[in-house]
Parts: sequence; C-alpha cells; structure tokens
Amino acid sequence: MATVDVEIVKPENQVYCRPRSFTDFSTHYCPGCTHGVAHRLIAEVLDEMGVQEKTIGVAPVGCSVFAYNYFDVDFVEAAHGRAPAMATGIKRVLPDRVVFTYQGDGDLASIGMSEIMHAAGRGENITVIFINNAIYGMTGGQMAPTTLPGQKTTSSPLGRDVELQGYPLRMSEMIAKMDGAGYVVRRSLHDPANIRKAKKAIRTAFETQVRGLGFSMVELLSTCPTNWGISPVEALKWVETNMVPVFPLGDFKVSSAVGDLRF
Amino acid sequence: MARQLIKGNEAMAEAAVRAGLEAYFGYPITPQSEILEHLSRRLPELGRAFVQAESEVAAINMVYGAACTGARVMSSSSSPGVSLMMEGISYIAGTEVPCVLINVMRGGPGLGNIAPAQGDYFQAVYGGGHGDYKVIALAPSTVQEAIDLTVLSFDLAEKYRSIVMILADGSLGQMMEPAELPELRPVVRKEWDWAVTGAIGRPRRILSSIYLEPHDEEITNLRLLKRWFEIEQNEVRYKEYYLDDAEFVVVGFGTSGRVALSAVREARQMGLKVGLLRPVTVSPFPFAALDELSRRVQGFLVVEMNTGQMLNDVLLGVKGRVPVEFYGRPGGIVPFADDILAEIQRMVSSPLSVVSDPRKAWLERMLAVVR
Repeated sequence: MATVDVEIVKPENQVYCRPRSFTDFSTHYCPGCTHGVAHRLIAEVLDEMGVQEKTIGVAPVGCSVFAYNYFDVDFVEAAHGRAPAMATGIKRVLPDRVVFTYQGDGDLASIGMSEIMHAAGRGENITVIFINNAIYGMTGGQMAPTTLPGQKTTSSPLGRDVELQGYPLRMSEMIAKMDGAGYVVRRSLHDPANIRKAKKAIRTAFETQVRGLGFSMVELLSTCPTNWGISPVEALKWVETNMVPVFPLGDFKVSSAVGDLRF
Repeated sequence: MARQLIKGNEAMAEAAVRAGLEAYFGYPITPQSEILEHLSRRLPELGRAFVQAESEVAAINMVYGAACTGARVMSSSSSPGVSLMMEGISYIAGTEVPCVLINVMRGGPGLGNIAPAQGDYFQAVYGGGHGDYKVIALAPSTVQEAIDLTVLSFDLAEKYRSIVMILADGSLGQMMEPAELPELRPVVRKEWDWAVTGAIGRPRRILSSIYLEPHDEEITNLRLLKRWFEIEQNEVRYKEYYLDDAEFVVVGFGTSGRVALSAVREARQMGLKVGLLRPVTVSPFPFAALDELSRRVQGFLVVEMNTGQMLNDVLLGVKGRVPVEFYGRPGGIVPFADDILAEIQRMVSSPLSVVSDPRKAWLERMLAVVR
C-alpha cells in the first residue's frame, strides 16, 4: 500500500476537489463522453451560487436518465421529452426554488419539442441545459433531429439524406425568437477554452432564473464517440470540424435585463 | 354555507379550491372547460398556481412535477384528453405521488362527440396506461355528490399516495342543481417525508418511476398491489336503495345510476320488489356487496351509458349465481327512466338464464329498435 503524503491534502494546498453539489458516484457514461464535463460545470455553478439546497433537477430520458445519481440535490425523473412540463409544475408550486432540466437532443428537439417550445413561450422561469450530440445515444446511435446532413447513424446507414430525412433543427435559434426567453446561447465542450465559456453561460442561465428574468437555456455541443464510432480525441475534433459549422456558437438571446447582470 | 344553484363543472372546481387545491394544470375540452375557466380566475385570485398547458400531455406532466412537491394538485379533461394523459398517469402511479384528475366523460371512441357517456370505465378502472397499477375512481351522480367526492379525493390521494379520478360525465358536468359547497380551507403544505422540495437541512430525495433492476420493479409492483388491497379493504363506497326486500337489483353508476333510481322508484310504485345498488367507488368496486346480494336475489340488471363495461365487474361479483341482464345506451345517449323501467319489467316477467351472454342479448334487442 502506498504511503499517503499528508502534506498535499492540507486545505491550503488543495486546488481541485469534487463540487459539493456532486455525489461521490462513478458515472455510467462512456469514455470520452462530455456529459461528465457538463455535469461538473453545473455542480460547480450551483456551489458558487450557494443554491445547492434550493435546487431541484429534472432528469430526462436518454443517456442522462441517471443524472439524478450524480447531483447531490433533490431530483425527479421525467417522461421522455416532458422535463420542461414537469419543471413547470415544480416551479409554479415552489417559485423560490432553482429548477433545471437536463435534456439531450432526442429528448428536447424531437419528442419534447412541444414542451420545450411552450415552456420558453410562457417565459417559464426555469433553466434548461441542452446536450446536443447529434445522435440518440441511449438507444444505440439512431438519427436525431440534430443529426448532420450526411451523418451515418444506425437509422440513417447511408448518411442523413436531407431529401428524405430533412434537415437538422437548430433549437437555440428557434427558441431565441420567443419573447419569453431571457437567455439562450450555444456553447461547445470540445476544448478547455470553450468549456470555460460554457461554464460562464451556465452561471448566467442560473442567474437569469434566480433573478426571475425568464426562460434560460444553454445548448452544449457534446461528443458521442461510442455511437459516432470514433475515438474520444477524434470526437472532440469532430465537434469542432463538423458540428460547429452547422450549429454556430453564440448568444442568440440575451435580454437587456440579463445583459445587465453582474455577478 | 347556503345551498346555491351551481353547475357541476364549476362545483367540482370550486370544491377543489376549498379543499386546498394549490395548483391546476389543464387544457380546454368540451364538456369540462368550465373547470379550467373557473380555476383560471379563482386560483390566481388566491395566489395559487394555474397554467393552461399546451396539451393534455403537458398538463399531466405539470401535474406530475407539482405532485412530486407534495402540493395538492389537480387536472381535468374529457375522454380524448384523458387518453392523452395516460402516459403521465402511468408515471405518476409508478412514482407513487398523489393527484386528483377529473374525467367528464363524453361519447367515443375517437373524437366521438360531446354528449354524456360512460365509455371510459375500463380505462379508469383497469388502468389505461402501461404497467401494473390501479387508480381510485369515484363516480358522482349529483352535483352535491360531485362536490363531496372532490373534497374526499384529495384526502384519499394523499393517504394512499395514489391517483384519484373523478369519473363524471357530460351530463353531470353541464347540469345545474342546488348544492352546498364546503367552507374554504386554508392551504396547509404538509411536510411529507417523500416530497421533493429542495434538500434544505435534510439528505436529498429522488422521485422516479424507474427501477432498472427487475427485482426492484417487482418489489414496487408488489408494494403497489399491497396498497391497493388496503384501499379495497378501507375505501369501498356505494349507495343502496330499496334493497332490504328486493328480489331484483339494478346496478348503475354516476348518471345512469341516477336515472336508474327514478326507474326503480316507479317500479316500486307498481309493486315490483326492485332495488338499486349504485357504486360510488367504481374502483375499488363493491364486490362484497354484490356477493351478498347475489345470494338472496333472483337477478341483476346492469345499466350503463356504454356497451357493457362495469357489467364485467358485476358478473365477477355475482359469480354466476343468478342471471345478470344488461341495458346500455352508448355513444352519448342518456337513457330515460321509462326505458330502464321497461327493462326492469322485462327482467321481472321473463325467464332468465345465467348462461346467456347479457351483452349479446341486449345487442339483439337494441338492433331491433335502433336503426
């Protein structure tokens, strides 16, 4: 057994630790998947805002169906696509709590299109973390509404043919058009610089909610090396090379009140 | 409170408010929209939550979320809308959180019509959504009873962490009757040991209907069934009319039970020894009452506004001891008391057999009359 060097665990020497809002739990995600990164960013933000005990998460159906295992906050598990409706029910009864959904692209952009659009339209004061990896992960790599033109999936084996299977949906751009949306941005998790920007966006989204400034959503371009059939490193490059041109990064809606936020 | 002339839908809505309803989520559909309309004014006025959802699918999932916080929460709809809610109903049942749903039934299947019907009995009593679960289903026959059962439904939902469905119909929803509403109760948010409210000063909680390990799901199914047997033990409710010396018994719930009572009273005036059993809880069903009656009467007549759904439960309860006849008016037609009286007279005067299928015999009689 190795001897633990007690010197390095002195509090003043500690530079990195598990966020309080995270549980001590190994995730079930595949190697190279960015769900873990997204989870950590949310947990760090909840810690920094001091809202862990006030937060209620809504887990989706998809790869992140077990998100509730990883956050040390109260959680519910929604039906496929219905997380924004469930979050609405919670937030309307407990308006002083911080309520967020965590949804993938199949959940949010396909079966849950109606619920997400109307939650934004109502200006529902919730935060949505939207993981876009251009594919259905949990069910084994089928085509999603966000699948890129020409992208091969198990249900578009010859590549997505836009003549037959249509075009990818850009959710952030659509939702940003709605008056009820206070903050809608797209970020990417493909390198450290973008991950830092993603965290800032997640913080802004939660601040938007806490201050009652309307619906907030952060779309995060994410990897799925397993179902894309490439290595984790290649997957990060694939996001940058192939996804960013179709899903441009940027701020699609920052209401003037959100723009004035200082924290 | 004084009696007032009040419409069924508004009465149920206001009764829910006075029972401490904290949040309502619904979608317009005839013939229940007055519930939504009444609450759209009343709940905000009291500082409580009201959302007109984008669909019944969204409405039931909003109910699901609010129910997870332990609040008193309700939705209402009519048949096609309740079908859309079935996904959420199954999830709510699987998560074991309480809520109240009102189904003001109309003619079906499909878009059907907006006239009163009772075609959703199977859906309410035997599930409707996927998986093994039961809901408590209450069938009022008057506006006063609708008020009383709405108040009761919240207590039952919380006591058993169950869905309680008020199984009304378009006739009851739209009729005005004198009725008395209860006093407005203050909202008391109870400190449930299961509710998801933010983990303030306690370990976090998770509410979910997912049990990935089949063993855990099996245990959950058994727990739900055990609770259901408690409900069957404690909560069966029914009304008896003229049964003490009855030789024949009419069985009807809700509006058909109410019309049947008029027919039974007329039959009594004609000297026929007929009584009425009106299940108030159609789920749990009053099997024991039927078992007892089936040992001392000569026959049963089941009256419904469908093609014979509760009939199956009556047959289960009677266990073939005596004949069971059926008279139904499906599709949005409310039977007249005279029609039911004629069926009573036919039953009393003609030899019956326990082996014939009551539904087939009824269908033949109907086809000869209805063109």
